[in-house]
Amino acid sequence: MGKKGGQVLITEEGLRHDGRRPDELRQVRMEVDVLENADGSALVEFGGTKVLAAVYGPREPIQKYIVLPDKAVLRVRYHMAPFSTSERKSPAPSRREVELSKVIREALESVVLSDLYPRTVIDVFIEVLQADGGTRTTGLTAASLALADAGIPLRALVGAVAVGKIGGTLVLDIDEVEDNYAEADMPVGAAPDIGLVTLFQINGVMTKEEVAKGLDMALNAIERIVEMEKEVLRSKYARVGEV
Amino acid sequence: MSTTPFKIPIVPSIKRETYLNLYSRGLRLDNRDLYTPRRVEIETGVVEKANGSALVSLGNTKVMAGVKIEVGTPFRDTPDQGVLTVHAEFVPLASPTFEPGPPDENAIELARVVDRSLREVGAVDLSSLVIREGEKVWIVWVDLYILDHDGNLFDASMLAAMAALKTASLPDYEEYETGEIEVLRDKSQGPLKVDHTVVTVTTAKIGNYIIVDPTLDEEAISDARMVVAVDEQGRIVGLQKTGPHGYTREELERVLNISLSASKVYFKSLEEALARQG
Repeated sequence: MGKKGGQVLITEEGLRHDGRRPDELRQVRMEVDVLENADGSALVEFGGTKVLAAVYGPREPIQKYIVLPDKAVLRVRYHMAPFSTSERKSPAPSRREVELSKVIREALESVVLSDLYPRTVIDVFIEVLQADGGTRTTGLTAASLALADAGIPLRALVGAVAVGKIGGTLVLDIDEVEDNYAEADMPVGAAPDIGLVTLFQINGVMTKEEVAKGLDMALNAIERIVEMEKEVLRSKYARVGEV
Repeated sequence: MSTTPFKIPIVPSIKRETYLNLYSRGLRLDNRDLYTPRRVEIETGVVEKANGSALVSLGNTKVMAGVKIEVGTPFRDTPDQGVLTVHAEFVPLASPTFEPGPPDENAIELARVVDRSLREVGAVDLSSLVIREGEKVWIVWVDLYILDHDGNLFDASMLAAMAALKTASLPDYEEYETGEIEVLRDKSQGPLKVDHTVVTVTTAKIGNYIIVDPTLDEEAISDARMVVAVDEQGRIVGLQKTGPHGYTREELERVLNISLSASKVYFKSLEEALARQG
């Protein structure tokens, strides 16, 4: 079990190919205010996955007809850099990127207080610089940080992580190697402070019990991820205070 | 780029209170209870030129699925497998909100969710589709054609895809000395090998209520929707949260239970239709 293509994914001691325990996150790094031009920006890394997010707005869109009279319109683009994958990826948006842009936008809609800015648009641009599994969840985490960094009022911060199933074992924060051999991949995004799961997908086969257990694992980790987000935002303002 | 929908129907949001009122008494506007899908009708073999086809009505929603099987080359990382591809077209004749043009994010999402739910469980036996390993395999194209949109395109599309695949036949072929393969479209070498049956159950969250198989009006007033794909063994073989709001942990648990139990209705409809026409 857990061994595919000559690679041992779960050892007899229950450790993963990179030495992590099943419920262990990769090394997480977060930084805000990394770009000059954007109103808000963030760089988030989960192990080898590096994702940059930038927010522009609320602003008046060039296409005036897309605005709403009672709230801001949210626009999200999830995009992978051509050099982010092992084989070069065409920069033209793939069907996958179109779907993930939608899924990430819908994960943010319920936390952005968009009714404060009618007739405007808030743009969120997510660029995957290096893909090593979990790019949508890392992208959503980066987007949440960039929105907060832009000073856009949020009901809560969103964090995200994927749970995978390998040889029947549930593992947290799967990387690319694990994803390639996993029986299932379950990305979860949530705003723990308001108790809402806002991104939820399952690709693969799982029982109801496994889904419940995987959700517990993910939500537990997301609480920690959101704490890290808060810490990064706090330290930014502490830094500004010292100037 | 994904944008907040800015063409919002106004009538349904006025109806929201009426709907919530009905739900509190366990009723729907069309006399259903909260957890029963609309009437399902499935007709197979509706397009003779397709290798498999089906027309599904779910209430007033109508979806046609056509399966075409062609010869092609396998993916480099799976030389010993055929290919399954799902596409969805939101044909402009189906709804005043559909525009001609390439598939938008909703059509892409629909096709990808159906595709994943069939693929991950191995619904179609792809290893049975090899003609010459690494060189020639059968490519199974499933094209979903939305003909009339009254909500819940996911469940209707999955039923149509499944009915079309389960009644599809693999064409025969002739292999020339040059290695060329000619498809003999009028001759069949037997049915397409389908190992699992998959249905999706879509629920909408409206206020504190979870309802099965939302109509177009109900979708318009819903906070979010969940599409749960289930196979004949009751396993979850795919899932997608769609729509702008979120779910509490407790609601997710409820959604899974409701979906697993409602899936039986779809399995029964599918089984009956295939037995009748099969």
